[in-house]
Amino acid sequence: MIDRRSLLLALAAAAALLGIGALAVVGAGRPPAATDLEIVVRYSRFTPFEIVVPVGVPVTIRLVNDDPIDHEWIVGDEAVHAVHRVGTEPLHPDRPTEVVLPAMSVATTVVTFEEPGALRYICHLPGHEAYGMVGTVRVVQ
Amino acid sequence: MRRRLVPALVGASLSVLLTVAPVLACGGLIGPNGAVNLLRTTTFAGYHDGVEHYVTSFEFAGGEGEFGSLTPLPGVPSSVEKGGDWTLQRLIRETDPPPADLAFRLEAASAGDAEVLMQVRIDALDVTVLKGGAAEVGAWAKAHGFRLPADAPEVLEFYARRSPIFLAAVFDADAARERGQQIGDGTPVHVTIPTPNPWVPLRILALGKTGGERVEADVYLLTDRAPALLPAPTGSNGLRLEHSDRASAALLDDLRSDRGMGWIPDDGWLSKIEIDATASGLSFDLAIDATGQGAPSRWQAGLDPTFGPSQEAAWLAKVILSAVFLTLGVVLVARATARQGPRGLAPAG
Repeated sequence: MIDRRSLLLALAAAAALLGIGALAVVGAGRPPAATDLEIVVRYSRFTPFEIVVPVGVPVTIRLVNDDPIDHEWIVGDEAVHAVHRVGTEPLHPDRPTEVVLPAMSVATTVVTFEEPGALRYICHLPGHEAYGMVGTVRVVQ
Repeated sequence: MRRRLVPALVGASLSVLLTVAPVLACGGLIGPNGAVNLLRTTTFAGYHDGVEHYVTSFEFAGGEGEFGSLTPLPGVPSSVEKGGDWTLQRLIRETDPPPADLAFRLEAASAGDAEVLMQVRIDALDVTVLKGGAAEVGAWAKAHGFRLPADAPEVLEFYARRSPIFLAAVFDADAARERGQQIGDGTPVHVTIPTPNPWVPLRILALGKTGGERVEADVYLLTDRAPALLPAPTGSNGLRLEHSDRASAALLDDLRSDRGMGWIPDDGWLSKIEIDATASGLSFDLAIDATGQGAPSRWQAGLDPTFGPSQEAAWLAKVILSAVFLTLGVVLVARATARQGPRGLAPAG
């Protein structure tokens, strides 16, 4: 037979665990700004699909393409993406914000985001954006 | 039969499918600029004496340069050869007789450092049987100038987990033109695959399509007896059983008289499965149990892609062991309770 005191203790413990879990979930929703990140491409998706970086600081981003097909990682505002959607440039050499990712390859780029706000990173190879190869960079103070 | 069919085929080649690219059946089409959507496709999978005979056709529909196709196979083929001239058309005629003056439409077949198991040239087609995972097949495609669509990594892995065998067909449109092939002319390919139970790749048909796009295809099956299919063609799942009956003697005779079709048995069951599904809904293959036991494999249907035959046996063993231990536990608890006697009945002092 469980007495009233034990029941209250059990309920309190359960509530505490739930609270800790909820905090963990909330905390996981918005990662802290980082200067060293990794983005993995698998099944033509970016993981994570959102990163948070500090403004005005060089950010090292390791891009891992685990897919057997080529991809690209292009970060910028809507004007940048509008150009790439209709562009025909097969390669984007020497641009930290435009990285070609051959199949099963790793590339590292260093980008300094000068303005706070939200940018997107997209693969502009035919059909890839429509398939969901889109992510967001949140640049914070 | 030949005399009846040849004029019809010539008519067909002149009248249909004025598209600008080769058409392929049961394979994901890949081109230098990404996937090209397929038109309605027709495939024949016959199963007899432990061997799957897979017949499909590559149709020349104009265009230039090279186009390619990938077809996952349930096993390593023992042969890849030019298919019969009228097998697919004869099957269509069996279940969907055309109006007298309407020529039938020829349906197409589809088609790293992957291991090259076999290379065959069939008319203007270069057919290669590859063994390898998604990465190897992707590398092979790239090395041959083709760009796979965005969904290819997931789809290739879906197949490679079950059977890392792919049939890659490269259609040389220029060579087809030099050979005098007309728009609508098909090049049938007959793949012979020893396998314990056949399955037909369906998900590959959606390769390169966006989620809401339709996938339409017809799959003919010839088995020794009425097959059990998984998924069952309910209609609501994009598969509809349009025909299911004992094959007529006339059909079997006609098929047997075609090139490479001497294996056709004296008796058999003909099924026609019509596929009309959204690309996102077509996330499975068609598993067939032709043994008469009525138990097509979920693994072969791609419904449990990480659950292979060995895992199926292990899973069954675990279920049996768990049941044994559970029963044992219940018996022990019951006996212990019986020995303890009823509580609260201590002898009065």
